[in-house]
Order: sequence, then structure tokens, then C-alpha cells
Amino acid sequence: MAAPLLEVEDLRVHFETEDGLVKAVDGISYTVDRGETLGIVGESGSGKSVSSLTVMGLTRARNARISGTVRFGGKELLGASDEDMRKVRGDDIAMIFQDPLSSLHPFYKVGNQIVEAIQSHRDVSKAQAYDRAVEMLGLVGIPEPRRRADSYPHEFSGGMRQRAMIAMALANDPKLLIADEPTTALDVTVQAQILELIERLQREFDTAVVVITHDLGVVAEMADEIAVMYAGRIVEQGPADTIFNAPEHPYTWGLLSSIPRMDAPRGDELVPIPGRPPSLIHLPGGCSFHPRCPFVRDAHRRVEPRLDPVDGNSRHKVACLLDSGTRKRLWEELQAGVKPGDARRDVIGIGRPDADQPSQDAGLDAPRR
Amino acid sequence: MSDNGVLVEVRDLVKHFPVRQGLLQRQVGAVRAVDGVSFDVMRGETLGLVGESGCGKSTTARLLLRLMEPTGGSVKFEGEEIAHIKGGRLKEMRRGMQMIFQDPYSSLNPRKTVGTIIGEPFTIHGLAKGEGERKRAVRDLMDRVGLNPEHYNRYPHEFSGGQRQRIGVARALALRPKVIVADEPVSALDVSIQAQILNLLRELQREMGITLIFIAHDLSVVRHMCDRIAVMYLGRIVELATNEQLYCHPRMPYTGALMSAVPVPQPRLAAAKKRQVLAGDVPSPANPPPACPFHTRCWKAQEICRQETPPLEPKDGGNIAACHFPLTDAEVLERVPTARTA
Repeated sequence: MAAPLLEVEDLRVHFETEDGLVKAVDGISYTVDRGETLGIVGESGSGKSVSSLTVMGLTRARNARISGTVRFGGKELLGASDEDMRKVRGDDIAMIFQDPLSSLHPFYKVGNQIVEAIQSHRDVSKAQAYDRAVEMLGLVGIPEPRRRADSYPHEFSGGMRQRAMIAMALANDPKLLIADEPTTALDVTVQAQILELIERLQREFDTAVVVITHDLGVVAEMADEIAVMYAGRIVEQGPADTIFNAPEHPYTWGLLSSIPRMDAPRGDELVPIPGRPPSLIHLPGGCSFHPRCPFVRDAHRRVEPRLDPVDGNSRHKVACLLDSGTRKRLWEELQAGVKPGDARRDVIGIGRPDADQPSQDAGLDAPRR
Repeated sequence: MSDNGVLVEVRDLVKHFPVRQGLLQRQVGAVRAVDGVSFDVMRGETLGLVGESGCGKSTTARLLLRLMEPTGGSVKFEGEEIAHIKGGRLKEMRRGMQMIFQDPYSSLNPRKTVGTIIGEPFTIHGLAKGEGERKRAVRDLMDRVGLNPEHYNRYPHEFSGGQRQRIGVARALALRPKVIVADEPVSALDVSIQAQILNLLRELQREMGITLIFIAHDLSVVRHMCDRIAVMYLGRIVELATNEQLYCHPRMPYTGALMSAVPVPQPRLAAAKKRQVLAGDVPSPANPPPACPFHTRCWKAQEICRQETPPLEPKDGGNIAACHFPLTDAEVLERVPTARTA
């Protein structure tokens, strides 16, 4: 098998601050193959954006401590010179952001900005580059592209700016497109247009896509593989169908049960995840999800879970200290509408242990029934 | 007094913002933000207003609360016309109608303690006698919305986004209003926090019998929260129906397109359903298309849609919709994921 297009291994991004060390990304690994779409889901502060900015060599703060490896087409990107990174960025790897206004210069015409993106990587004349820019604007569905290339960003609507940014990102036929919340600022009908566009371009050019979002619907529609991030780490990773239909991490369960769904009968009450995400400076000991986990056991406060493959499915990895059989039974109960507390009692066989009162089952023994 | 269950009655509500140009600032046109909207809000119900940015849903909310003057039309609250009242009567009316805002950061004064913010309505309306009584009332409210009453003296920046939204809810509840208008109350929050706030709103409504006007662009949140829903497009209501009817049998193609565009968190269904992609953007409300405002983006539009404005009238199934060519059940089933859950 050929080497994957992008290989991220044990990536860590820590920031030294006055308050302490912020572990924004704390040892994540993933790979993306040609033509494949990886979805990275998580809430604010989970590290999903920082990890991708680092892949692009855009984490440049002086207090940043970066370690691990990022290989693109077999070539190491971490520690590459600015000069080398500039050659890769916008050529082999392109990125689109949530807010197109911050990536388009307000003083320059849209067409000329795309020309600049092309000419900084390709030895072509201005006229050729301009033709290419117009071609790209047409390709992303901007009407009258030759006339609109002569407009300023503020003359575009939000959806058109997002398209222009995608046109610029794809102008050099990148092998990898990183899309950070590409549709979050857009209305739902425009979001549908943009998702359709990214899918179409991906089919035509066999581009690999990493899509970063908090929206479970967007990853369900786009991604082949999904990584769920929590507090700087990947807590669950696997094929999209597995993540949505047979998830094994309590955080993934929590996310899925806290959103109102269009694909199910109207429910009475949502089941939110209690509490809120931890501070990245003072991460809880053991499993960092344990303060919010309805299925926590005493040992989970001390032992750190590893992202291990689930038995019988090497592509599905979960970082949870419960054993896979227990997790599968818990998910079944939750699916049947059992509340987390009751599911815990049914499957694990005990009530929730109190923080100050050591519970009798400190070990990871087989669940009682 | 009306006792047929109608709490707020809105008729032909219009808000135009003048567009001025030139040295003399002559009015050259108008942005038709709200362009003739009529609906009733029933006691105790949750009415949803949905639509994309610029459809006029937030302006409608602000007109209901008289946070801005309408250009025309009438708003009756408990049978009393409030479109043009002033001074003391306006203040009295506002006791009964409160608002929860989208952004929990900009809607709370950073220099005031949470206690002062939540207690301010009491001061403004001269309700709590003395510091002690006010403090007790505020602590009760904080407890009610799931905030720790001991945090009475803290400042907004010491709270997370979800907690700040709870502060906003407590402030809105202080005067025991009859109606609360919630304008995108959860769209700035993370998913796991969203659910907490949505559950809180529903619980409070059940217990206190509050009428809720819920404004949002997220169709799955609206479905979860609302009893009846009005879909707005370019300043007009284009469809109005009960929750069940709207989500299982939408009649207006625009409603169908909105619903088909919502990404569903289920890869199997995402692959099976037809995504109705509309061409282009929403036209400018300063220059809306003639006749049916949706005809420029509608895949079912024919000549009559460009010539005649369709009346907002009952269609098959009971939905009120403004459309010459309503969706068929087959078209709905293909596009709308909720129709499969019926």
C-alpha cells in the first residue's frame, strides 16, 4: 500500500502562558489518503483548529512548543524552513476558513488576489493567471466570472466570498484542502451550495479534504473518516458510519444525544452533557472527560486511557477505560431511550461513585449484571 | 380583552428603512425589512419564526417589543394596541414582554455584577422594596435558572457562555412576563451547552406558563422547541403551520428547500436524501422581486409566479402558505428528512 498523503503522528502543540502551560493539542495522530475526506469534530477549545493550523505551519507564536511529525507525501513539514513552507502552502496544501473576509484583502480586487495566489507558485504570465482566476470563479459557480473578478470583496455576498476563497484555494490544484468551519457563518441554503461544490470539486480533482467543524450534520454528509476531539486529544476515530451508528465513547454519545435531530421523531427532552469542557491548563487527571462522564469509575480519575482499536475493527479506535463489551451494551441502552444514569445502573451495576468516597470497584473488572 | 386565547395579534406589520443618498440625503428607496406580516400568538404556546439572514425575523421581534417604531400595521398585546403608545404605558407594557438575546457577551454590561444585572428590572419598575428583598428575589432567580446564588457579586466575564445565557434568561424572567422573545438564544453556544439552555427554556415555560416567541435559523432546534412555526422570506411570511404539519408536510417549495439543506447527523440518510440546492443568493430586500418573492430561486416557478403575488391561504393539510404550486407529497418525501419520521 502506498504511503498516505498526510501523516500526522503524536502532534503536540503547547503554549507557555503566564497562567501555565496550555496543552492545546496533546498527542494526536491521523492519516489522510488521496481523495479521502477526514472530518475532525469537537467543541470550542478541543484543539481541532490549532492542530490544522500547525499542519499548515501557521502556529507561529513565540510561546508555542510543537513536537511530533507531520509528513506530507513522505516529506516532513514540522521544522521545515519558512521558505519551504511557503512553497507548500497554497500549492500542494490549501486552506479555507470560516470567515472569508479575513482571508481576502479588502483593498484588492478578487481576480487580482487569485492571480497573486497563482503567480506565487506558477511561472505563468499575468494574463494567463487572470484567465485561470476567471475560470476558477466560474467553476465555483460565480455568475459572470469575468465581470465579478473585477469586484472588491465587499461587493460580494457572504456565500460568494466563500466561493471566491474556495476558488483561490483550489486555483493551484492542491492535493489537500483543509476546510476550517467552511460553512458555519453561512445560511443553510448557501451552506448546501458550498458543500455540494466541495464534493463536486473533490470528485473531479481527487483532492483529499480535512474538514474541521462542530456541526455533526456537516461531517455526516462529507466525511469518510471521523476523528472526535476533546480537550486536545482524539477520543474516538473511525469510519463515518461507525461513529454515527456504533460509537463507543461516552463523549460521542453525549454529542449525539444533545442535538435535536431532523431524522428522528420529535423528542421530549435533549440529554445534554453535564458541566463544561475543562481548562487546558489544569486538565483533570486520568481520563480528561471523567468529570462529565456519566459512566465514570474510580480508576478513571487516575489512569489515562489510550486510543486503542476496538476488537474486531482495527479502523475504529476509542480512548475509553470501559471495556468494549460494556460500551456496546451502554450504547444499546442509550439508543433505546434509557437515561445515562439508568443505563449506568443497568450495565455497570452501581450508582455513580462520589468523588470523595472511594468506590468498591476500583479496578476495571468485568461488569456485573 | 380577548379571551379566545390570542395574546399577541399582529396585523399587516411593516418596517421600511429609508435608503438616503446624495448631498440632500434624499430618500431614494427603502429596505423592506418587514413587509406586511400578520399572525397571532396564542397564550402559552411557542411560536417559531424561521428564515435566513435578512428575512426580517429579528426586526419583527423588535417591533413586537416596540424596540423600534413600525412603519405601519398594528400589534395588539392582550387586545391593546401598542404600535404607537409612549411613556408610562409603554413601560407598563414592557413588564409583560421580555427578550433574550443571541450574544451572551454583548448583552450583559461588563461593569455590573450579575446581581445588579438580574435585579435591574426590579429597580426600573420600582418593584422590590429595599435591598434585602431585591437580593432575595435575585438569588431565587439565579437558583431557578441553574446558577449558583453565591455568585451574586461576580462579573459577567467570570462566567462561561452557557452561564451567561442563563443570566440573560434570569433577567428576562425577573418581572414574570407573559411573553418572552428569544432571538437566536443558543446559536452562539457549543452543542453540549445548547441542549442545557434549550431544556431550561422548555422547563421554565412548562412551569410558569410563559408564551415564547422563538427566533432561530436552525431548523432542527426550531422543530424541537416550537408548537407553531412561521417561515419568513424577504420580509414576508411564506408559510405558517403547526410543527407536525410543517415538518412532515411542508407546502411551500422554500420551506422544503430549507429542510432538505439541513445536514443530518446520519451518513446513511445523508447519502439517500435529495439535497435541494437553490440557485444564487437571497435577493436584496431593497429591491425584492415582483409577485412571488421566491420565484427567482424556485425550481417550480412558472410564468404566473412572476406575474401574480400568491395569497397566503390554507393549503391541503391545513398549512397556510403563499404559493401557486405547492409541493406534492412525493417531492416532500424525497427531500425532507423529517417527513420520513411521521
